[in-house]
Amino acid sequence: MSLVARIAAHAGELLLDVEIDAGDGTLVLMGANGAGKSTLLSILAGLRPADRGFIEVGGRVLFDSERGIDVPPEARRIGWVPQDLALFPHLSVAANVAFGAGRESALSVLRDLGLEPLADRRPGSLSGGEKQRVALARALASRPRALLLDEPLSALDVQARSEVRALLAETLRRLAIPAVMVTHDPEDARFLGDRIAVMEAGRIVRTDVQTIGATGT
Amino acid sequence: MSVPLSQRGESEAPRLRLRAERIGLALTGSVLVCFLLLPVVALVSGESIDDLRAGLSHPLVWPALRLSLLTTSLSLFFTLLFGAPLAWTLARSRSRVARAAEAAVQLPVVIPPAVAGLALLLAFGRHGLLGGHSLAFTVAAVVVAEIFVSAPFFVKAATSAFRRVDARYVDVARTLGASPVRVFLRVGVPLALPGIVSGAAMSWARALGEFGATLMFAGNLPGRTQTVPLAIYAAFEVDLTAARALAVVLVAVAFVALVVMRAAWSRSAGEAP
Repeated sequence: MSLVARIAAHAGELLLDVEIDAGDGTLVLMGANGAGKSTLLSILAGLRPADRGFIEVGGRVLFDSERGIDVPPEARRIGWVPQDLALFPHLSVAANVAFGAGRESALSVLRDLGLEPLADRRPGSLSGGEKQRVALARALASRPRALLLDEPLSALDVQARSEVRALLAETLRRLAIPAVMVTHDPEDARFLGDRIAVMEAGRIVRTDVQTIGATGT
Repeated sequence: MSVPLSQRGESEAPRLRLRAERIGLALTGSVLVCFLLLPVVALVSGESIDDLRAGLSHPLVWPALRLSLLTTSLSLFFTLLFGAPLAWTLARSRSRVARAAEAAVQLPVVIPPAVAGLALLLAFGRHGLLGGHSLAFTVAAVVVAEIFVSAPFFVKAATSAFRRVDARYVDVARTLGASPVRVFLRVGVPLALPGIVSGAAMSWARALGEFGATLMFAGNLPGRTQTVPLAIYAAFEVDLTAARALAVVLVAVAFVALVVMRAAWSRSAGEAP
């Protein structure tokens, strides 16, 4: 599996023009607010239009402006965890996780992420760390070919943060699917990223490949 | 905050004036409250249980109540069936066609009932636009007239309820592979439910009270097209107790609809994300 993309798009004032290659690991996007990181995730998920370029996941072309290919988000099989998580407030944890998946898949993900005891709870009654795990589980249950995480740890307190970070690292390594993660925290970036790209005003101004990945490989 | 004694006299005067103005505004407004409540009070007060029982035993009453219940249930059913998908589409679309449709759907609200009745005759009557079979003066005509006048209320309330559904939920559902119908049924409808219920109650109350368009398009045939409002009008000339008893029943039902609406609204306000 791999994720490569070249995207030119405009979003309001911002002109986005980037080339990314997450390989089969985790690409961390850093940069100031308004640099276009979240916009880029939305475009990768197919939720926002791009003007030109291509998106390829595991050899499958999801978007190619020259060939007129634009796979809708429903068929991209890209898991997207937005910054505010957007857990369905009217559904239980189990129903949230099963929303885009079969029962079997949902149950196994609930088990993997230690969410079984919370299965019948509503999102409103969960702690920040629990919510984050549920959102991750929901994205994973539909067996995505790539994962997009928008500041997955920013809303958590120190304790929950290190727990979720460890879980995230473990999960990303186990699944071996490409992931693109936005964060402001250099420590998260070092811990979770195989590659780190810094964005500024819609462009990538620096890319680092970490020789020793957070996952310890 | 303590004010030096020397200034107290000066600040007291404006404060009193501000207060007097506030009370003046409230009193002016309360005139309208009294005016709106007076007819309802006149209708209900002095109506004893015996009067109500006597009135309700009039032969016009039960057929009219039954017909109203049947036709308003049907009109509500069709309003929800077609109105909810319409409201969802209007809420999610930014196209000019959608904006135009949204405005057009509100047209029946401003059309006078008599004009609506005439228009319905011209559309669905013997020589109507749709030709062939005439709906006029049938139970179906009652339902059609009720949908025509009440559906806009539902569409308006449901559209604004759907607009308040955070687009993030829809986006997430799409990335999880949910089809548009599934997103509508599993995400849109449940999250907008209080607004939908409130709109349905409002629309149903409007259908229940429908008079003018029904009279012209469906007629006033006892047992066939005579709904409660028409029966009140018919009984008014011969038996005031029956008219009043029916009116009290309608007011009671309308009051229940109002309570449902307000409860749903306060729920939706409390749950706003």
